[in-house]
Amino acid sequence: MKFLVCISNVPDTTTKITFTPDNKEFNKAGVQFVINPWDEYALTRAIELKEAQGSGTVTVLNVGEADTEPNIRKALAIGADDAIRVNAAPKDAYFVAQQIAAIAKEGAYDVILMGKESIDYNGFQVHGMVGEMLGIPTVAPAMKLDMSGSTATLEREIEGGKEIVEVNTPFVASCQQPMCEPRIPNMRGIMTARTKPLKVVEPVGEGARTEVAEYALPPKKQGVKLIPAESAGDLIKLLRNEAKVI
Amino acid sequence: MSVLVVVECDNGEVKKSSLEVASYGSQVAQMLGTTATAVAVGEATEANLAKLGEQGISKVLYDAEPRLKDFVNGAYTKLIAAAAGKEDSKIIVLANSNIGASVGSRLSVRLQASLATNVVELPKANGSSFTVKRGAFSGKAFADVVLSGDRKIIAVKKNSIEALHEAGKTATVEAFSASLSDADFTDAPKQVVMQDQAGGILLPEADKVVSGGRGMKGPENWGLIEDLAKALGAATACSKPVSDVDWRPHHEHVGQTGITVSPNLYIACGISGAIQHLAGVNSSKVIVVINKDPEAPFFKAADYGIVGDVFEVLPKLTQAVKELG
Ligand SMILES: Cc1cc2nc3c(=O)[nH]c(=O)nc-3n(C[C@H](O)[C@H](O)[C@H](O)COP(=O)(O)OP(=O)(O)OC[C@H]3O[C@@H](n4cnc5c(N)ncnc54)[C@H](O)[C@@H]3O)c2cc1C
Ligand SMILES: Cc1cc2nc3c(=O)[nH]c(=O)nc-3n(C[C@H](O)[C@H](O)[C@H](O)COP(=O)(O)OP(=O)(O)OC[C@H]3O[C@@H](n4cnc5c(N)ncnc54)[C@H](O)[C@@H]3O)c2cc1C
Repeated sequence: MKFLVCISNVPDTTTKITFTPDNKEFNKAGVQFVINPWDEYALTRAIELKEAQGSGTVTVLNVGEADTEPNIRKALAIGADDAIRVNAAPKDAYFVAQQIAAIAKEGAYDVILMGKESIDYNGFQVHGMVGEMLGIPTVAPAMKLDMSGSTATLEREIEGGKEIVEVNTPFVASCQQPMCEPRIPNMRGIMTARTKPLKVVEPVGEGARTEVAEYALPPKKQGVKLIPAESAGDLIKLLRNEAKVI
Repeated sequence: MSVLVVVECDNGEVKKSSLEVASYGSQVAQMLGTTATAVAVGEATEANLAKLGEQGISKVLYDAEPRLKDFVNGAYTKLIAAAAGKEDSKIIVLANSNIGASVGSRLSVRLQASLATNVVELPKANGSSFTVKRGAFSGKAFADVVLSGDRKIIAVKKNSIEALHEAGKTATVEAFSASLSDADFTDAPKQVVMQDQAGGILLPEADKVVSGGRGMKGPENWGLIEDLAKALGAATACSKPVSDVDWRPHHEHVGQTGITVSPNLYIACGISGAIQHLAGVNSSKVIVVINKDPEAPFFKAADYGIVGDVFEVLPKLTQAVKELG
């Protein structure tokens, strides 16, 4: 079975977010980029399923410029077999989805796995778009994924519960915990990753449909009002009379 | 051309987040000098749908096909696309929920619309394009996004828009069929498992949240969190390490890699306030922090704080809520 795992390259979760002086772009200076944490579930689960099946391939795909290659290599070190980078800045979700759909189609992948959402742009949309472009189901977000032959059983999270869904290949799923325990690269993985194939291709399709005019940081908090522990009950009065939230 | 609003229903009731979505849609309609039509999904009653008039909706389309009671991505997408066709809607507004965003992203491709998810404010129209503010970088920032083209889909983040309540206004409810076939139900659930919700309050929909971290010491102490939550009518939540070690279920884990909540009140008990935790909660209107360490980073993000031991403070708070009546 052929697995395609899509990874986005995002600022480390501890990053303090700042923007360029015109507020038009994220300020990358000094920022450590990582594989999107949700995508680690997709990657690890694909590797586990391939191992369980005893055959098949796991290809990782990123739409990004050359500076994403260290994280693509990391995905190879974790256990993907080969990689594709679409050489373009990921302008928006629609643009990215077109690239993924084109590669998925050309490579006739059976299972296309993504993360629940990209933690930089928080779209929760690329998986739905790709499914629609390919005319196949998308299950998002999936907390569990098991395969038996060409049938997958998934747990799809809905607000307040979950649905057990069965779909046949090909399909798209977006992954989240507790699907698996994301793997970290080991020494052997890091060594072999260096020689695994990483193909760079040029983008296709139309441009982006949306554009960011300006970024802004949330307004600063006024500062905390402390209530002595002995008179903790006063907090409740403040929440009712001052903050008016209860 | 009317603005189409997608309302999600559950057990006959319109979800609170969908009342916000309806209010958003009707305000956009007003801005454009048109009306707002809703299409309802899930299990609804005619009486409750008619009440969407209070949120400014003129008409509600409802397909009573029983298989639409549960979320099916394929069928919901087709239903909403058909409703948009019937109403000649260029603008579709839905909830930024797992359901809303899943359907919205498919629709954006099918209808060739530009899409913004996680939207927190009404749009500003500029000629034929809209600028919408949306949350980005996991609650650490906002982005003003330009949606151009004549078709637009907006997924509205919960609790960022005040729901309208124009008492007495009603919407007409119209039966609607999208002529769905079996092929539209390939992702229909074999089974639906709803969480066992102690006070009946779901975390993603909650107005108030009481959350516990590692400072609670163990699952046996969660009664303190639950008592306060129950007294307040709040949902319960937890930090990541707490769900990682199974003190609490995964669906209660909030933060950058859990769910994002934006209630009116978030009470954090024995949580240090790591940046990844804050990312999931910092759009809450009021944050209360209870921590025995005065240096805990969470106090910097808090509106109210108590430096103290959760085991002493929580019972006092619960008592004080009960005394409020
Ligand atoms: C500094 C910076 C600024 C950006 N600004 C914008 C912007 O202004 N507007 C915008 O739309 N996007 C922007 N992006 C791109 C963004 O990172 C995403 O690549 C893309 O837009 C999809 O984001 P999303 O949140 O909608 O994805 P989601 O729909 O949340 O992503 C779901 C899944 O899709 C897959 N995926 C997402 N992106 C990629 C990718 N590039 N390659 C491979 N798989 C992927 C992953 O599996 C991910 O878990 C920016 C990126 C960077 C680094
Ligand atoms: C990639 C990545 C993603 C992550 N995503 C998330 C996420 O989504 N959500 C999340 O929550 N975390 C996330 N984390 C983990 C995060 O970094 C923190 O480790 C975590 O939030 C800490 O949880 P905590 O506050 O419960 O525990 P601790 O940091 O151990 O804090 C416990 C607090 O309780 C206080 N305390 C102890 N005893 C008492 C008492 N008796 N009374 C009052 N206070 C007491 C202590 O002073 C302390 O401040 C992520 C980490 C990484 C690396």
